[in-house]
Amino acid sequence: MAVRVGIPRALLFYLYFPMWQAFFNEIGVQVIPSGRTTKSILDDGIREALADVCVPIKLYYGHVMELKGKVDYLFIPRVVCLNGKTVYCPKFLGLPDMIKYSVDNLPPIIDVRMDSRQGRLSLLNAYSEIGRYFGADRITTIRAYLKALGVHYHFRRLLRKGWSPPEAMELLKSPGTGKAGSQTKVNLKFAVLGYPYAIYDSFISVNIVEKLRQLGVMVMTAENIHPALLALQKNCDLPKRLFWTLSDIALKAAHLLFKQGRIDGILHLTAFGCGPDSLLNKLIEMEAKKHRNVPFMTLMIDEHTGEAGMATRLEAFVDMVRRRKEAHLCQK
Amino acid sequence: MSKVTFPRMGESWRAFKLLLEDLGNEVVVPLRPNKRTLDLGVRHSPEFACFPLKILMGTYLEAVEMGAGTIVTSGGVGPCRAGEYAMLHHKILQDLGYDLKMIVFEPPRLYPLNFIKNVRALNKARVSIRGIIDCIKRGWRMLQALDNAEKLSHVVRPREIKRGTTTAVYKKVLDWISGAYTMEQIAEAEAAALEALRSIPQDSSREVLKVGIVGEIYVLLEPASNLEIEETLGDLGVEVERSMFLTGWTRDNTWNETTHGLTIKEAASPYLPELVGGHGRDSIGHTILYSKRGFDGIIQLAPFTCIPEIVARTILPRVSKDYDIPVLTFFLDEQTGKAGMTTRLEAFTDLMRRKKRFQAGAKCLTG
Ligand code: SF4
Ligand code: SF4
Repeated sequence: MAVRVGIPRALLFYLYFPMWQAFFNEIGVQVIPSGRTTKSILDDGIREALADVCVPIKLYYGHVMELKGKVDYLFIPRVVCLNGKTVYCPKFLGLPDMIKYSVDNLPPIIDVRMDSRQGRLSLLNAYSEIGRYFGADRITTIRAYLKALGVHYHFRRLLRKGWSPPEAMELLKSPGTGKAGSQTKVNLKFAVLGYPYAIYDSFISVNIVEKLRQLGVMVMTAENIHPALLALQKNCDLPKRLFWTLSDIALKAAHLLFKQGRIDGILHLTAFGCGPDSLLNKLIEMEAKKHRNVPFMTLMIDEHTGEAGMATRLEAFVDMVRRRKEAHLCQK
Repeated sequence: MSKVTFPRMGESWRAFKLLLEDLGNEVVVPLRPNKRTLDLGVRHSPEFACFPLKILMGTYLEAVEMGAGTIVTSGGVGPCRAGEYAMLHHKILQDLGYDLKMIVFEPPRLYPLNFIKNVRALNKARVSIRGIIDCIKRGWRMLQALDNAEKLSHVVRPREIKRGTTTAVYKKVLDWISGAYTMEQIAEAEAAALEALRSIPQDSSREVLKVGIVGEIYVLLEPASNLEIEETLGDLGVEVERSMFLTGWTRDNTWNETTHGLTIKEAASPYLPELVGGHGRDSIGHTILYSKRGFDGIIQLAPFTCIPEIVARTILPRVSKDYDIPVLTFFLDEQTGKAGMTTRLEAFTDLMRRKKRFQAGAKCLTG
């Protein structure tokens, strides 16, 4: 039987799972992702993790707990930097150590370090290191890596076409099945900014994307924007850019969308206890003040976010935007 | 020309004031953080900003009220938030309608030009390069003298016969040091200060526990932010050794890593091989080194929501078990109360004392 590697359905899962899966499969390893977040996964996470960490890390703990008895290895890479410029949140940098030293009875952890600032081949080398865990030779790993890159490229292209990461993953599995959802009276378009692992974990985000769609709102996220457009935002008028990749992307997306002014509303989904968000949210808020023509709202999620409360706030916001838009149309 | 202010960290302001005045600036000395500072800071900072950012926000606002127009501070290159502080402070101040100048010092090794530019902007008296170097040397020497006095106070306080003497003497000698100007005067004041502290009546037979303090730099260096934990511990008969001093830290950052035989980095790397920003890795490394040196316990001080210290805190229980040393963590924010802290410290001291006596007893029996 093939070796089984578990990948928690949290954090970078939402951006890199297809690539990781393709790589592991190519070197003959079976990949087992944890299931979708449930109440019991969240509760496990809350119990295992330090009370002071942010919700997404708690979720990560929960998913690790769910996998730990079922797999031979856990894949918890130390993702430091993937674009040669910005790093990930310091909690990503210490993630394998946090898990290793605070959860008992874990299977071996594959904790390769990925840091593309260390030279052109550093990512390939990181993947080779993974290959070595399973006795794959250099040629096989290189081939697997290239294949994985191909899958990743394809995945990103689907995202740019407007699919969300979970939808794009489905499409990769069985192409051609995707429908643009059965949306009825779509007349608004919102951007939901925030970390993919918060937005697309439908349990913790209380299903925000689906809820908005039901209210007749088309939803886009930063993943749907072409990276080149984001890169054009430079440092967003700041003396230095935000250090953290995902926060930087969200801020750039906010700047771009506010400037374009074509979107009907922007939501920032921020996680309770998130360090980088304390800066990011303030900066987005200040930008929003300069562009009053685009309605903006911050939503904070935590482990107790309730369905009802979220639904009410979203409905109120959508109503407000819709009325505003109609008023505008009448004036014209 | 606008008046200059800077972040306050413990007593270091005395040296910074000297340096900036030598360069021809009018200085607004930042106030010791108090209730109002916190209120102001909390009101104008994002809710989940780290505690140091909030306090500094309050400090700056107070300095602005006192007429400061330029803020000199440090930058940083991540991966933690501290490097972005200056920028956020500036933005918030602008948003409140204050037109201020921010002079941000980045690590000189990476940004030598930034350093030169900033020094020139601050050099209003047009001091020559040689003169600037002289001023910096003197400021540095004063910082060292201040640190040495503080270190000694940590040793003397738990042994003093009459409670409160050390604190009173320490306050007095600080003024001696900051009153000095030339190199010789500083050295002289330092010697006198150390002598005064040493000659405080002490009880040498007292059983004194030794505790290492690790954690994030700002809450370690600014007693107002940690509710004078060192004083409280001293009164409980505990000698503290703090893992960080401005002179120690700056040396690490501008020159090379310090050596304790084993560097802090090496000590920490089995548990946390990655630099997670702030002082998370140092907290782990120092804990291990302190335990090797036979300390009785460790106290970790961390600002609420501090990312690197949260990472360290997650790993520390394991270190504590492996090295058999008790560790107590305080996450500090504006709601932390002194009474609660003292209670926890008393319990912790009891625990260490019992452990120490038990081990001593065990040694007697087996030996
Ligand atoms: S970016 Fe925020 S939410 Fe994500 S891991 Fe870091 S602190 Fe948590
Ligand atoms: S080390 Fe902690 S307190 Fe300092 S900037 Fe980072 S999160 Fe904030």
